[in-house]
Amino acid sequence: MSFLRQAWAVAAKDLRSEIRSKESINASVAFALVILLLFSFAFDPTSDQVREIAGGLLWLVFAFAGTLILNRSFARELVNDCLDALLASPVSGAQLFLGKVIANFLILLAVELACLPVFTIFYNVHWTQSIWLLFVVMLLGNWGLTVIGTLFSAMTVNLRLRELMLPMLVYPMMIPALMGAIQLSSVLVSGEPLAADNQIWFRVLVAFDVIFTLLSLALVETVLVG
Amino acid sequence: MRTKLIVLLSALAGGLLIWNLHTIFLRVPDEASQGAVFRVFYFHFPSAVTSFTLFFVAMFSALVYLRTRDLRFDAAAAAINEVAFAFATITLITGMIWGRIIWGIWWAWDPRITSYFICLLMYFGYFMMRRAVDEPHRRARLSAVLSILASVDIVIVWKSIEWFRTQHPGPVLEIRGGGGMAPGMEAPLFWNCVALLLLETSLVLVRMRQQSIQGEIESLRRYVHAF
Repeated sequence: MSFLRQAWAVAAKDLRSEIRSKESINASVAFALVILLLFSFAFDPTSDQVREIAGGLLWLVFAFAGTLILNRSFARELVNDCLDALLASPVSGAQLFLGKVIANFLILLAVELACLPVFTIFYNVHWTQSIWLLFVVMLLGNWGLTVIGTLFSAMTVNLRLRELMLPMLVYPMMIPALMGAIQLSSVLVSGEPLAADNQIWFRVLVAFDVIFTLLSLALVETVLVG
Repeated sequence: MRTKLIVLLSALAGGLLIWNLHTIFLRVPDEASQGAVFRVFYFHFPSAVTSFTLFFVAMFSALVYLRTRDLRFDAAAAAINEVAFAFATITLITGMIWGRIIWGIWWAWDPRITSYFICLLMYFGYFMMRRAVDEPHRRARLSAVLSILASVDIVIVWKSIEWFRTQHPGPVLEIRGGGGMAPGMEAPLFWNCVALLLLETSLVLVRMRQQSIQGEIESLRRYVHAF
């Protein structure tokens, strides 16, 4: 229990800092709105075709906006050598990582919940029938994105060209989770029930979350400390 | 000693490749439904299998580095990944040539092909990241972690042919539960796997030698700049 309590202490610190400064949330919500606007120039936002690709659009927005949050996750600790202080504290690398993942997960979830109504209005999408299932997909997809994204945030924090390296490394890794989330969201948004061959994507999402959570917890000490 | 090994492996690989080319182009008949283009398979499959094997060998080398902290294993992992990346690209290109003739398009957005491309992007990131880190042990640690994560995706690629509905042809070899190829057509495939593996091993050894020479030059340069 103390493992989770200490991880939560790190998460609470990050959340408190984010609530006070709002630097990641403001930037990523604004960025998400800009992407939603830009999509409307690429195709007709009122056409029926939008329903078929709505899941894909939504997750692309979340992935792009999420990178802004993930980029700041470890980079904000560089000022005044806070990262060294955190590593020197009694909190283990895995606890520090899990705390960061929880904080990023909640911040990204808040961004997603802020974007959803805007997306519904802009693109005239109705998903009231399957809102809870969609929420489950959001939680699973979101966890996948934040786990792998936070690990890469830790890996790239001290690299040259950090802002370039993170998206270049993290997007190919995220793709299985994004594929699963996009497939399921597209079906749910179009109002159709989940067919048997969509179940595989649920399994892909859950497997991705479990495998990469365990791998990341096992490897993060190597990444952060050596 | 290493030079002799490189020359020996290269000669073996070269001889075997020439003999294989003779068999594939002059002795093996055209496939009944696909015609002459099926010969692409003799290069597509061996480069796919051997590059996947090398990616895993590189991952094990990276794991050995994490255990021993000996930079030679990191250098080996990097060299192996470079060669594997080149042969994985050959797999993708030969697959595209085959797809253009049989399916009529260069690129089908099929899970197997897409996930293979994702693998290449990941390893491209691996090389970019290596260039972005100067401190050797830090570079080795991060590369090892990335290699392990990427290998998980390779398993997804490997299994995707069975997990997902895909346009990619199913297993044809008897050892993977396929229907098997006609007598005389399967043997050159395995011989080409051996030839490419020998070629890749010699390329890895050459690359490792280049790396050690590069390391020596850099240390000499630092030594000169110190005065």
